[in-house]
Amino acid sequence: MSELKEELKAKIIEQLNLEDVSVEEIADDDALFGDGLGLDSIDALELIVMLDKDYGIRLSDPKEGRKIFESVQVMADYIDANRTK
Amino acid sequence: MKKVYINSIASISPQKTFENASFLDDIIEYNETVISAFDPNYKEHIPPAAARRMAKGIKMGVVASKLAMKEAGIGTVDAIITGTGMGCMIDSEKFVSAIIDNNEQYLTPTSFIQSTHNTVAGQIALGMECKAYNFTYVHAAISFESALLDAKMQLENDEANNILVGGVEELGAHTTDVHRVINHIKPEAVTISEVLNSNTEGAVFSEGANFFVVSNDRKESSYAELLAVETYNTLEKDKVSEAIKSVLKENNLKPEDLDVVVLGNNGDVEFDGYYNQLSKNIFKNTKQVYYKHLVGENNTVSAFGVWLASKIIKTQQIPAMVNLNDIEATEPNIILCYNQYRGENHSLVLLKKC
Repeated sequence: MSELKEELKAKIIEQLNLEDVSVEEIADDDALFGDGLGLDSIDALELIVMLDKDYGIRLSDPKEGRKIFESVQVMADYIDANRTK
Repeated sequence: MKKVYINSIASISPQKTFENASFLDDIIEYNETVISAFDPNYKEHIPPAAARRMAKGIKMGVVASKLAMKEAGIGTVDAIITGTGMGCMIDSEKFVSAIIDNNEQYLTPTSFIQSTHNTVAGQIALGMECKAYNFTYVHAAISFESALLDAKMQLENDEANNILVGGVEELGAHTTDVHRVINHIKPEAVTISEVLNSNTEGAVFSEGANFFVVSNDRKESSYAELLAVETYNTLEKDKVSEAIKSVLKENNLKPEDLDVVVLGNNGDVEFDGYYNQLSKNIFKNTKQVYYKHLVGENNTVSAFGVWLASKIIKTQQIPAMVNLNDIEATEPNIILCYNQYRGENHSLVLLKKC
């Protein structure tokens, strides 16, 4: 699980071009949207594609993302329970 | 009709031009076939949250426009008009590559959103919260001049008072490779002093952004009056002189009235003849300057020619590095810029001291 969380942090930084953020600066429970990393709706779409491409998880309802992308910890838990690859 | 003035200029190019206080007095010597823009510190001008999705072309356009707006001393404009021949190449290549690599699956929105030709004008408008006329001309080597002509007509008819106009191009790796394959890029690296004597096909490719605030309100700080903008998609080589004389005549001028002519020679042995015939004939007694040896070739680099002409008129100085002949121009007040690319898309921009 710890490995998955580190992997997710690195992917979030790379795919969302968070140039000034390092893996160490993202705590497992930091909010990804709003006051935390400050991600927005376009980032949410990027994360939905990432779940599908890298972990074989296709969200049928994009609104599910609101809960799943709450933090790296929540994302990792969801991926661990639902991944198909 | 109202007169039109260039009230501010800003350039991001392969030379150190973004600091407008200097004027080509610290030249970067290249020995390349492709040259990138010399970057300002984009973080000083664009908030990190906005910059993270911007490819280089967007950053160059946004920062050049901010510099132009700052010099003009205005917070907003009545129109934002850009020209770009190739648009946002980096994100276009990224998006198309993703389609191919992922078998048309897993397409993400960012590179698609940022890949359109009008992204730069859109981002500039978002940045200054400007909901006015926003237009992007995509017309190869006359993209910038098309934008400038639109602005000029709006200002002459008093439909607008201040308009931000610019040209922007960015280098994309794949597109550059394609241009190399079809010999539009020089086969061997060439120094800036040897570009015109390279005797090879193709040009040194480049990128950059040049922006201007044009207005029908003349200021003490104005650079020049914009007398004429003419574009020609096709123009036979032996008709160029006639076209120039015709434009000059419409402005009650003759070739000998020009103090300086800014030519777009890029060292392509196939097409520099368009300029050389002028140098040897109608402009043989006129001061000639050129600039593509310093900043390379791209679809809107002719905007750099207008930047150069504006700067010459305002400073009344001609940097030695742009001299194409030895004729002195003691008072450079009337300047004509002529450009073409590969024998097509010719443009004439006529400026006068104001």
